[in-house]
Amino acid sequence: MKKTYKMEVDCANCAAKIEDAIRKIDGVNEARVNFMTQKLVLDCDEARLNDILKEARKACRRVDSDSELYC
Amino acid sequence: MTKKQKKGLLRIGITAGLYAAGIAAEHAGWNGYVWLMVAGYVLISYDVLRKSAINIAHGEVFDENFLMSVASLGAVALGQLDEAVAVMLFYQIGEWFQSYAVSKSRKSIAALMDIRPDYANIEENGTIRQVDPEEVQPGTVIVVEPGERVPLDGVVENGDSSLDTSALTGESVPRHVHPGSEVISGCINQTGVLYVRTTRPYGQSTVAKVLELVENATDRKAPAEQFITRFARVYTPVVCGLALGLAVLPPLLFAQPWHVWIYRALTFLVISCPCALVISVPLSFFGGIGGASKAGILVKGSTYLEALADVKTMVFDKTGTITKGTFQVTDIQPADLSADRLLVLAAAAESHSSHPIAQSILEKAHKLPNQPLPAAGKVQEVAGQGVSALVDGSRVLAGNEKLMIESGIPADVLPEGSGMGTVVYVAVDGVYAGMIEISDQIKEDSRVALTLLRQYGLKKFVMLTGDNEQVARRVAGEVGIDEYHARLLPQDKVEILTHLLEQNKTAFVGDGINDAPVLAAADVGIAMGALGSDAAIEAADVVLMKDRLSQIVTAIAIAHKTLRIVRQNIFFAIAVKVLILILGALGLANMWAAVFADVGVAFLCILNAMRCLRVPVISLDRK
Repeated sequence: MKKTYKMEVDCANCAAKIEDAIRKIDGVNEARVNFMTQKLVLDCDEARLNDILKEARKACRRVDSDSELYC
Repeated sequence: MTKKQKKGLLRIGITAGLYAAGIAAEHAGWNGYVWLMVAGYVLISYDVLRKSAINIAHGEVFDENFLMSVASLGAVALGQLDEAVAVMLFYQIGEWFQSYAVSKSRKSIAALMDIRPDYANIEENGTIRQVDPEEVQPGTVIVVEPGERVPLDGVVENGDSSLDTSALTGESVPRHVHPGSEVISGCINQTGVLYVRTTRPYGQSTVAKVLELVENATDRKAPAEQFITRFARVYTPVVCGLALGLAVLPPLLFAQPWHVWIYRALTFLVISCPCALVISVPLSFFGGIGGASKAGILVKGSTYLEALADVKTMVFDKTGTITKGTFQVTDIQPADLSADRLLVLAAAAESHSSHPIAQSILEKAHKLPNQPLPAAGKVQEVAGQGVSALVDGSRVLAGNEKLMIESGIPADVLPEGSGMGTVVYVAVDGVYAGMIEISDQIKEDSRVALTLLRQYGLKKFVMLTGDNEQVARRVAGEVGIDEYHARLLPQDKVEILTHLLEQNKTAFVGDGINDAPVLAAADVGIAMGALGSDAAIEAADVVLMKDRLSQIVTAIAIAHKTLRIVRQNIFFAIAVKVLILILGALGLANMWAAVFADVGVAFLCILNAMRCLRVPVISLDRK
């Protein structure tokens, strides 16, 4: 199941790094961070959705302290 | 401008003032200039320093904040205070401009796609109530006032008006609608009140489908876009490593002065930020896709835009793509009466038939001015041959060759048709009166579009059709198709396409009827005028809102332009950076040149990328 989340990310390079970090989270099949539309498209294991989102938010903050994932 | 941007601009302005004052004070010989510079440095770089500290604590070392912090603090340590302020100032100007450019292009694309209807009007007991379009059930009658957007797909129940379809199709000519016409959501009603019976819920209406398409468009990244993120990932650590080597090795190995080489290393760090590259490529694609949407061309991802620019072979479906797909009277050859009279007689005789050919003749006859159809009596259908009827006291026969010959008309007076369609012969009181040909017509712009496509580097055009050889040969010859395959079954089309795919990058163009498998199989599947067909929108990579081949030319032109700009940006940014890196290592470029390599290049690349928003104008007059 694909889901889209709104996010705030300031630089294109950070977006690419965040995308990489989210892909590495356990249970994530595919993740795309779109810098232009400021969106995250996430395809992941439904059962772990809450954990994955929590980790994804952490990943955003780690890459760039000003970025934010709204979910 | 957002609040954040206004604040940023103010900060840049104040720092620039402090910097200028500092320089002036230094020249005037006042020692206090140092404090002006320190104030400027703190003001312009506090957030970058803070962020880089936080990010290092998070284990995120090689980001631009870190690079700028190290470079500017290094300059401070070397006593180049003014240079530290200048570098940071330029960096912030570049960042500010990037944020401004990106939010501006986001907004202009959002404006292009501002077709979401806010409400639907429902009439209840003589009063109009506004409801959410999502609540309206199919089969409800909604009222669309002039100036309002049609919120849901439906059929006009009552009222006459013109619709502005430009938001959906990019076409500026208004479309006239009357009771019975289909209307699609997203159009703007211009002149009269329309009562529309809805046929689809909001989620399946045109406007919802289009919005979904456009919003998800940039998720499929093009190879060029992936290349640049991969490049950036390698580039920054490599340059940082080189910088370290540059700072340490020459002084240690060759007893060179430390401050010279540390300065050179700092210059390296300023150049190592990959943001100019990383931002300009997606921005270009985003602009190209946005501009295409404005022209009524929906591209489902930057990867298809890139593929479109490389297409060498284009395969077309015939009916509905190269031809109009509707049957019309294309030729009238009367014997010794007027063409209008021949048409009127034939139409009257056929007036009770529901056969598509009869309908085409009737439609044409109804368009004649001041020619009311006489009543037909004693109508007799001759199965498989035609019709016989009494019109204005004469016995009129309308039908095929067999009907004529069986009625005693010699075969040699019957002219042959063009081979494109069906011929109806007419006889009055046993005497041959003329023929009417009904056929599918080639779209006006098909030929010109193919000629123009060749100018964009397309090498081979192939046409696939289920129609017979004769029709296929004629259509192919008339529009300039290189290769055609006639009498095909749907599964044959996929097979031929697969064969072509092995040779070259191939696009398939179809009207979306029965060709979803072919659309999906091609490198780029292009569905034309597919607003009605869900399967086609689903299977295609590019959806054209208008069913004209000239839109493909526009799509290809946009793809070429976008890719050209993307390549210019990649080449320019990498070339300038490498050049300054070399000059920096040799001590020929100072930190000023490095700032240009970083911020200046980003600035120019973004300006260049924003050109993608403008759609190239294709003139169809060029032969």
